[in-house]
Amino acid sequence: MDSALNILSYLSQGLWTTVSIFLAATFFSFVMAFFAGLCRVVKNPLVRGVTTAYVEIFRGTSLIVQLFWLYYAVPMLFGINLGSNWWVGVIAIALNYGAYMSEVVRSSVLSVDEGQTEAAIALNLSRVQRMRHVILPQALRLMLPEFGNYMIQILKGTALVSLIGLTDILYYGDIYRSTNLDEGPLAYLMVLIMYFIIALPLIWLSKKGEKISKKGVAG
Amino acid sequence: MEPVVQYKEVQKSFGDTHVLKGINLDIMPSEKIAIIGPSGSGKTTIIRLLMTLAEPTGGDILVDGKNLWKMEVNGKTKTANEKHLGAVRDDIGMVFQHFNLFPHKTILENCTLPLTSVQKMDKTEAEALAKQMLDRVGLGDKFEAYPANLSGGQKQRVAMARALVMKPKIMLFDEVTSALDPELVGEVLEVIRDLAAHEDMAMVLVTHEMEFALEIADRVLFLDEGVIAESGPADDVINKSENPRLQEFLKRFRSNGQS
Amino acid sequence: MWSWETFIDAFPFVIEGINITLGLTVTSYLLALAAGFIWLVLESTPSRIINFFFHWIREFIRSTPPLVQIFFLYFAWPEVPYVGMTFTPFIAAMLALGIHFSTYISEVYRSGIESVDQGQWEASKALNLSTKDTWMRIVLPQALPPTIPMLGNYLIILFKEVPLAATIGVVGILSLARTYGSNTWAYLEPITIVAILFLLLSYPSALLIRWLEKKMNNRFEKKETKVKVSK
Repeated sequence: MDSALNILSYLSQGLWTTVSIFLAATFFSFVMAFFAGLCRVVKNPLVRGVTTAYVEIFRGTSLIVQLFWLYYAVPMLFGINLGSNWWVGVIAIALNYGAYMSEVVRSSVLSVDEGQTEAAIALNLSRVQRMRHVILPQALRLMLPEFGNYMIQILKGTALVSLIGLTDILYYGDIYRSTNLDEGPLAYLMVLIMYFIIALPLIWLSKKGEKISKKGVAG
Repeated sequence: MEPVVQYKEVQKSFGDTHVLKGINLDIMPSEKIAIIGPSGSGKTTIIRLLMTLAEPTGGDILVDGKNLWKMEVNGKTKTANEKHLGAVRDDIGMVFQHFNLFPHKTILENCTLPLTSVQKMDKTEAEALAKQMLDRVGLGDKFEAYPANLSGGQKQRVAMARALVMKPKIMLFDEVTSALDPELVGEVLEVIRDLAAHEDMAMVLVTHEMEFALEIADRVLFLDEGVIAESGPADDVINKSENPRLQEFLKRFRSNGQS
Repeated sequence: MWSWETFIDAFPFVIEGINITLGLTVTSYLLALAAGFIWLVLESTPSRIINFFFHWIREFIRSTPPLVQIFFLYFAWPEVPYVGMTFTPFIAAMLALGIHFSTYISEVYRSGIESVDQGQWEASKALNLSTKDTWMRIVLPQALPPTIPMLGNYLIILFKEVPLAATIGVVGILSLARTYGSNTWAYLEPITIVAILFLLLSYPSALLIRWLEKKMNNRFEKKETKVKVSK
């Protein structure tokens, strides 16, 4: 028990890296999700085409490949230095899960009954007002459980940043194991438990979201 | 007097299905028109085109002399954009078969939404007007209720109040009683009867209620296979027409016991 | 800078790993399909305590990073008392990914079974069918087909997690791309090749699944008419 606590306090040095990347990546994933999701339901075929390409490319390749690609390629290809690996991690995760979550936004918006749009047109609401007052408030409830699930995916995805040299929970877990080989199982178990503890509120959120969305839109 | 709406050779097809094959119709201010006809004859489509919910595939619709679906840009005629359509929509209101109330908003919010967001009215003023309209349809005690807590008849009355707050020149009713339980039809017709008697606006009702059409309509149109096959005073069309298709429609209708 | 020469040079080197990448995908997927059933059994025993226990074990595996689970099996498992043993990188990755995805697959199975109408069970009982016959002839034939698109989706998702195995030295395409990079200091082209290969394999599969999904929906729900004609 002593060594378990020992390990936990050692691992907690990486907690802030994990949590900060998780929070930032979640924030930007949502931004991308709404931006791309709404772009995919507009009339303009060019806007729709470009966003569809973004979504399909990021959903079609894998997060770890995208992370390495950004890590190696962006500085070489565009001569931009993203500043720090922290940003590389955040951007890779946000682009990846933003693409997945934009599908949630798109399909929820499309699943709101067409009669709602028609009634809003009949009341002469503009396109933006229809989206803001009528469609989105109803679509949001449908998105909740999926968003909860994707936030768990984002958390799991943050473990990859140790591969580009960031000092997150997993990084400290690796260091601990390599210096205390026989305590390896306990070290990784503690890493898993730390991730699980962070995930618990998200699990709760997605279950809660499921209930809300099942209840339907009526107040 | 100038007609408030004119249909000129209006056509509409969905893919290969020609729903409207050349509609010519003038609607006068404050005229009450009922449109009857068999399923698939294009009744609902006629009013959906006017509400800008669907675009005609041919012909012109004029509202107050202005072309609804076309606009002039630098001397060229183009399909109307949102702004052009929005300028006309203020004059037209519509009540739907399935009510289409906004389920996430209270009854009162349903009615104030167009006032505050389209007409930029301030909230107190909007609420006063909305309450007045809700009172008028007999729902003065339900302001804070959500649509889910109302009966079908009550929902439809809210939908009418919501359309009324905009004070449209033309009000469209799309089979507003056909989704209701039979015992709830009366309360909705009562409101329409009241509007027909006391309001100046033109009204177009797509309906299956023959007796009701006979009672309130100045004019009845019989729509058949995409054209207006009969048009005239209600009594002439429903009781005196010799058109065999209309006779058959009315016969089938009555034998179904729906009237 | 981007060089087509490097691209062409790296391509045959990277593609060598495709068999391992696909092999790991298929084996861990088969493991996930089988283990998915085991969860289902473990979570529907007569004992509520046991069900609860395994439910949270599954939740634990599901909500923690597969990368850590791979490390656990590869680096730490040999140190586990009594049951500890050394796995090859391939086996460690296969076990970790297979078990990780089995937690999702079991949910798919469950949703399939729950989608079978309660009346089907009652009718089977009324006909005095044995438990085995009820499952094999009535419930499963109805429960499984609707899950096929979902299972297909998880195959694609699993495929995209397989390059995680590169971190413990499974020599798939990503691993070879990084080797090429460290030998030549050209990372951009080989990693791009990996991305293209993933896209080429997963995008058509995704389209296939979506098509299948549409077909299933049409079969299991009433068809909606395409053209809305007014009354």
